[in-house]
Amino acid sequence: MGFLSYLINGLGLGSVYAIIALGYTMVYGIAKMLNFAHGDVIMVGAYVAFFALNTYKLPTVPAVLLAVLVCTVLGVVVEKLAYKPLRQATSLAVLITAIGVSYFLQNGAQLLWSSSPKVFPALVGNGSLTLGSLSVSYVTLITIATCILVMIGLTLFVNRTKTGRAMRACSEDKGAATLMGINVNQIISVTFAIGSGLAAIAAVLLCASYPQVFPTLGSMPGIKAFTAAVFGGIGSIPGAFLGGLLLGVIEIFAKAYISTQLSDAIVFAVLIVVLLIKPTGLLGRKLSEKV
Amino acid sequence: MKNGLKKALVVALAAAMASAPAALADGAIKIGGSGPLTGGAAVYGQAVKNAAEIAVEEVNALGGLQFELQMEDDAHDPEKAVNAYYVLDDMQVSLATVTSSPGAAVAPMYAEDHIFAITPSGSSLDVIYADSANLSGAYGNVFQMCFTDPNQGTASADYIKAHENLGSKIAIIYKNDDNYSTGIFNTFKAEAAVVGLEVVYEGTFDDSNASDFTVQLGQAQAAEADLVFLPIYYQPASLILQQAQAAGYAPTFFGVDGMDGILTLEGFDASLAEGVYLLTPFNADAEDEQTKNFVAKYTEKTGEVPNQFAADAYDCVYAIAQACEAGGVTADMSAQEICDILVEQFTTMTFNGLTGTEMTWAPTGEVSKTAKAMIIQNGAYVGVED
Repeated sequence: MGFLSYLINGLGLGSVYAIIALGYTMVYGIAKMLNFAHGDVIMVGAYVAFFALNTYKLPTVPAVLLAVLVCTVLGVVVEKLAYKPLRQATSLAVLITAIGVSYFLQNGAQLLWSSSPKVFPALVGNGSLTLGSLSVSYVTLITIATCILVMIGLTLFVNRTKTGRAMRACSEDKGAATLMGINVNQIISVTFAIGSGLAAIAAVLLCASYPQVFPTLGSMPGIKAFTAAVFGGIGSIPGAFLGGLLLGVIEIFAKAYISTQLSDAIVFAVLIVVLLIKPTGLLGRKLSEKV
Repeated sequence: MKNGLKKALVVALAAAMASAPAALADGAIKIGGSGPLTGGAAVYGQAVKNAAEIAVEEVNALGGLQFELQMEDDAHDPEKAVNAYYVLDDMQVSLATVTSSPGAAVAPMYAEDHIFAITPSGSSLDVIYADSANLSGAYGNVFQMCFTDPNQGTASADYIKAHENLGSKIAIIYKNDDNYSTGIFNTFKAEAAVVGLEVVYEGTFDDSNASDFTVQLGQAQAAEADLVFLPIYYQPASLILQQAQAAGYAPTFFGVDGMDGILTLEGFDASLAEGVYLLTPFNADAEDEQTKNFVAKYTEKTGEVPNQFAADAYDCVYAIAQACEAGGVTADMSAQEICDILVEQFTTMTFNGLTGTEMTWAPTGEVSKTAKAMIIQNGAYVGVED
């Protein structure tokens, strides 16, 4: 197994991080809050997809759409119930609430579906594409392709549509956006809806590569994706994409060429170095203080 | 607590009554013990209790020495285990505790009061040693029926060496933030060096990256390993099997008792585990008469298939009975007199049970038995004949 296959595996892992990181970064960019329950929305998406595929025997596409729908609704409901009442509160209060929501979802899942892991059914078979000595599993290729599609779609949406323009306006200046007649609360809901819908897609991709569903499934990818969002510059959509891919590739390369024991230490060391040199992340905007 | 205690007492009493009317006469030797009959680890405590009851019933039916069992609830809590110890003040022999940390708490009490104890499943070295880090201060009257964790590594290395057709170039993937896994890894590696096994790759993972194994598998494959040793639990192992298949890598996979359970993982594609070896002391699908009889009785009693804990408990009762018969123990002896006799018997006798044949015990209380090799075939564990 050589450099090229490590690179492709790294891009596959990074694609999942990137899609999750988009959820963090969009919510942060617009609502200026860290939604730590995002990882657990992924978990819910994974369970919905699991039951749709396994128990109700739905075909893949409807199952994924169902998961997207449930996660979208969940994201909006969580925002309305837990975060909206705190719109004027300190950011610390919102952060703690987000952690609370995260525990609520995790423990709720444990209560409903027990803590024992369930095996996610194979979506595209367990096969791989072989080109000479290079062997890449179909799942990895589909993951990378999906990530690129999501990225293109989201960029078009944010840059070409009216809602997208309103979102950008809100992230610039909420007060001014309100004065221009933009319904900021509605835009925040839309942001949560999109982020959570993406979480469901990430859940299916994650489970296609690593087919196990359990209540704490989302926490580790969630933290890694949050790191990726900071790495790329939190608030920036291309930044989340780049950060996610780089994080995945660095993680796999560190494991392959340095040490399996130190891979996480190396990933985070790279993050620290990047943040020392560029405190706003790779593609983060430099915010000038208003005087 | 009080209710739980009462319930446990009533259950124990009912069991004693149901099992053998003869036991009501004062000729029965009292076996005590505690385990998590409630709480998160209840599945282990219940397994031990049910299996021990079956064994006591069978032994009593043979008409020789009569036994009476009293199991208390300790909820896998060291403090409650100490309380349970005091409740069991008239026991003459003990099954100690089901789980390790309560076992470590009560073991010094068994040593001080000089009561013979054999734990079915407390696998930690702390259960038999006062100072487990230096392997010193063995209590001497606390014995184990299960393997200690490190022993599995040695047994696996020996088994692989003795069966060279399994593979000659070995890769190991273990979990380096887990005592169980690193313990087995260390002893496996040490034994591999002694017997001359070639270890070509060592990879690790931990809690934060327990899902992607493509690199570890890729490097094992690049190192031309034809056997991958997995001293880990079945959950990550199932991911390794799936990713190895996706990568087109098909070495022999070799697990330890943590692999037991992979086939009952909900939704697991059993064909992935086809041909996986594991060393485990007990397997409910084994075809021998003794196991079949036990599995049938246990299933009838509880509606469940017995696990390794149940088998260990069943063996404990039989081992105690064998030692008592051989040492001439009678029901009117004190616990201390019985303790001396049983320690002598256990360190000299050989015992054949469900979880191993030709078992012997060291004076430290550690068991020595041959682990049984199982291979997964057509979605079931099948014993490997040597």
